[in-house]
Amino acid sequence: MANLLLGKDFTPADVRAKVTGRAKFAEDFRAENMAFCRLLTSPMPHGRVNDIDTSEADAMDGVLGVLTAADVPTLPAPQDPILSNEPMWVGQPILAVAAVDETTAQEAIEKIVLDIEPLPFVIDPLESLYPAGPDARSGGNVAGRGLALQTIKWTARDFAAAGEDQLPMGMPAAEWSYGDLQAGFAAAELVLEETFVTAGLSHHSMEPRTAMAYWENGRCYLHGSSQSGSFPIPTIAGWIGISPADLVFIAEFCGGGFGSKGGPYPAITIPAHMSRKIGRPVMMRVSRHEEYAIGSARPGFQGRIRLGFAADGKVTAVDLYIVQDNGPNTGFTDWTSAADAVSLVYTPAAMRFRGIPVLTNTPQRGPQRGPGQNQIAAVVEPLLDKAARALGLDQVAIRRINAPDNDAKIGGRQGPVTSAYLKNALDKGAEQFDWQSKRALSGRRSGSKVIGVGVGQAFHSAGSNGFDGLVRITPDGMLHIHTGVGNLGTFSHASTARVAAEVLRCAWEKCVVQRGDSRKHLPWNLGQFGSNTSFTMTRTNYVAAMDALNKLKEIAALDLGGTADDYDVADETVFLKSDSTQNLSYATAAQRAIELGGKFSGQEMPDDLNAMTKASVAALAGSGLIGVAKDNLELVGTVPALAAGFMQIELDLETGQFEILEYLGVADCGTVIHPMGLATQIKGGAVMGIGMASSERFIIDPQNGLPANVGLYQAKPATYLDVPAIMSWAAVDEPDPQNPVGAKGIGEPIQGCATAALICAISDALGGHVFNRTPVVPDMIVNVVAGREQSHKPLQIHTA
Amino acid sequence: MPRDMMASFELYQPDSVDNAIDLLGRFGEDGWPIAGGNDTLDWFKDRVKYAQYVVDLTGIAELRGIRETPGGIEIGALTTLTEIEQSPLLQERYRVLADAARRVASPQIRNTGTLGGNVNQDTRCWYYRYGTDCYRAGGTTCYADTPQGQNREHCLWGADRCVAVSPSDTAPALVALDARMVVRNADGEREVAAEDYFIGPDVDIERMTILEPGELLTAVRLPSEWAGAKFYFEKVADRNTWDFPLVNIAAAMFVESGTIARIRIAAGAVECVPRRLTVVEEVVTGSPQNAETAALAGQAAVRGATPLNYNHFKIPLLENLVKRAIRDA
Repeated sequence: MANLLLGKDFTPADVRAKVTGRAKFAEDFRAENMAFCRLLTSPMPHGRVNDIDTSEADAMDGVLGVLTAADVPTLPAPQDPILSNEPMWVGQPILAVAAVDETTAQEAIEKIVLDIEPLPFVIDPLESLYPAGPDARSGGNVAGRGLALQTIKWTARDFAAAGEDQLPMGMPAAEWSYGDLQAGFAAAELVLEETFVTAGLSHHSMEPRTAMAYWENGRCYLHGSSQSGSFPIPTIAGWIGISPADLVFIAEFCGGGFGSKGGPYPAITIPAHMSRKIGRPVMMRVSRHEEYAIGSARPGFQGRIRLGFAADGKVTAVDLYIVQDNGPNTGFTDWTSAADAVSLVYTPAAMRFRGIPVLTNTPQRGPQRGPGQNQIAAVVEPLLDKAARALGLDQVAIRRINAPDNDAKIGGRQGPVTSAYLKNALDKGAEQFDWQSKRALSGRRSGSKVIGVGVGQAFHSAGSNGFDGLVRITPDGMLHIHTGVGNLGTFSHASTARVAAEVLRCAWEKCVVQRGDSRKHLPWNLGQFGSNTSFTMTRTNYVAAMDALNKLKEIAALDLGGTADDYDVADETVFLKSDSTQNLSYATAAQRAIELGGKFSGQEMPDDLNAMTKASVAALAGSGLIGVAKDNLELVGTVPALAAGFMQIELDLETGQFEILEYLGVADCGTVIHPMGLATQIKGGAVMGIGMASSERFIIDPQNGLPANVGLYQAKPATYLDVPAIMSWAAVDEPDPQNPVGAKGIGEPIQGCATAALICAISDALGGHVFNRTPVVPDMIVNVVAGREQSHKPLQIHTA
Repeated sequence: MPRDMMASFELYQPDSVDNAIDLLGRFGEDGWPIAGGNDTLDWFKDRVKYAQYVVDLTGIAELRGIRETPGGIEIGALTTLTEIEQSPLLQERYRVLADAARRVASPQIRNTGTLGGNVNQDTRCWYYRYGTDCYRAGGTTCYADTPQGQNREHCLWGADRCVAVSPSDTAPALVALDARMVVRNADGEREVAAEDYFIGPDVDIERMTILEPGELLTAVRLPSEWAGAKFYFEKVADRNTWDFPLVNIAAAMFVESGTIARIRIAAGAVECVPRRLTVVEEVVTGSPQNAETAALAGQAAVRGATPLNYNHFKIPLLENLVKRAIRDA
């Protein structure tokens, strides 16, 4: 049967509000008697607050209260704290002041006398790993997600053996290997060994993480900026000290998150705590400067990689070591994800990974689009080109021979994948981009300008399972698709909801996506992060819709005779297959479901549902026909989102500047369920990738820990004039067998493949010079062309 | 460090230059003239600088507009960068200024940003902007000029306790055009050559121009001497819009029978002031406009440059830009 909705373009209902300005973000809400709060943040990279004298501030007219670390829960170290008396980076919130207006709150902050004692600080992981090097926080210098806070110091011998320009490789915090590494390198025709650096960088979400909260009858109402709808609720409620049922979480629109607002973040609770303390609604508007301090950031890498290649370009062995600049807290899993990506994208016969996330007194880190996978793509892809040059191979060919297929394995455990069509993406891209013709132009000079071409690849694990779906047909004949997916800007809250409509053969105009507000009774869904939504929530909506479908058929059989199997659905009607005049409209069936009660209208529900879903079903019970189920569909292996990017640039050798002449991004995202949404993602991801490759990075002064990039113009995300006016896209469009509609995610690798393609194109234009560093900024290019040394040493980080 | 929250101030909106001068004279060090506000409001929001009395110039009609005068063209200081960029008169006679204006910041900023604001803006040294107690801010140290200082954007010449550079794109163009800056104060009006208008830390470390409290730049006059010359402007930055120059270059020259007869050339972002490259002018005047002369000019331009730890790339970059200006104008 032809698809009614899937694979077709549509206009999500929220778009009109966004383009007309009617969309209400957290900052747009007001509550009666609302106060404002401002943050007092750390002026130093590491310190201990010995005393806070608020007496002058307290005495000011209009000041309503001060919230300190003593007023909020202490989250277990090294988790990001809400407020802290041991600030560990410049800009970390120490306390908040509430007042009748922001001006008063800010002036009160300036009256507070902070007795803060500077503590040793470190911004370079290698400095902390050096014997007796400083620790970024009390209790240790190494920690990560799933990795306890601990102290690891390398030996002076480790450093001396490596020299200044190569990464020393002391004791790692984690390692894995598979295959015979020694044999792999022994069999190699070519071995490359390189030390590399990838810069840490800020998030630039257009909407800073402003939040507003108030309390009514013991319930906390929290307006926040969130990528996700239902996923953050239990944790945020816990941080506020209430049950999830007592948190009303409103996040209908989100002005960008890119991973930084995927899960719960502690700062969102500050207005809730303050509101409880002062007994008034509290708005906390977060400025751009503050967003750069508390909005989390992509970790940087200092690394070393050894790659063995056979004569045909096949990767025989990889030995990878990553030191991650993790910020002072838990950080994120970039270092391990990078290794997984290498194992999958280049399918080496043998690989060893060692890594260590080291704490630094730099802004707290978290996930940013393709965390780890995209940094390593920018490292390894140019090295593939270097190998291709040495072996006389084509850049696409060397990628193709290593590209994963459906039998590929990933990670140290060499687990399976659900589907992988990277070869197809390369083939499709090479054809659509006319790679051979473009490659023939490589190195062509026109005055001071030279053509460079590049191909980039990237991966992200893009799917999960075990979450719940919830749909409801009401007596007015409408299909309500309840979703905990957030509104990150990808439209996936709507595109995944359309799966339910497709299963029930329901016109989109008859559908309402219920989302963005926990009062709309949302199911337990995974957060909208990790490129997972297309895979994970098509499954939840599918199982919920199948439950509704079965109930529709059962009701029809009860009322019209026969068995459920005798019935089918179309045009919002359930009908007898042998005689379609025997039918019930969805409206009638919904009314009957209410009359029948029990499982039909939510009075009974499956036991395996999450507590949040159960509460939502209970709240909706009796209001229509309820379809609800946990996703118990089979999932074996990693769901890989894969992408390839093709780029042609013209580089000016005299200025170090370049123009991107053409870009094509190709996605392996399973069946395409929303072409326009995919196109937007591929192009938007490329814009972000171009910034990551060429302009964005932390600059932090090693003398005092001050960050240089505290405004958008300093942080330099790519602008409209830095990207090609026309960017093209394509998709492999091969279904993933473990998704009922064939879909899998794509959001992240479509950034990384563009980053890598640009780095490779710059390298190509420079005759194969590999920088082993991202971003590649104009001064680095000028220095190479002029035959000058770079200003930075190979392992230096946070440099201008 | 509080950011993005302006403190309250008293706002005055005079409708004439005389009234503005009167107000600024009355307020002295506590007064602050504001035009487009792109520089000012950053300082205020960051609470690094503060003025009790802000004098808004945007209601003064006489400060606006591009006018022909017997000696050339006069541009009101309040004329927006967009107006300059799009002026047919400037495009025809002084294209280098229109080209420079086009490369300032972003379209939105050029719509509000003024010529006066662009030349009078403070340096973008990030340490200074952050609010550190550096020399320029009245302190006793420079954070950029240290072995570990992050000084990629800083100067090649003119270091004197401070190593910050002129961030303006239009200033080098004005120097190349031998523009006259019209300054008014309570005592009247005076004209100052653009080249002398900007000052380095050796003259006054806390100011970028000769303007004293109570004084206003009211207009810029472009002498007819350089009208219709061959021009060249180029800016190299990390991004193609909304960015300050790593180095920029502006040149005006007359070429007669293939020989460079007269030339003025200036570079930005290599010194605290727009650097007039008189040595280049000497080298190329009387020489053919060709690649050989251009190469010689580039080499001459960078002689004596003293790079800091992270900005030696500015030497080949400036050399290349000078070469291009001579070769491609």
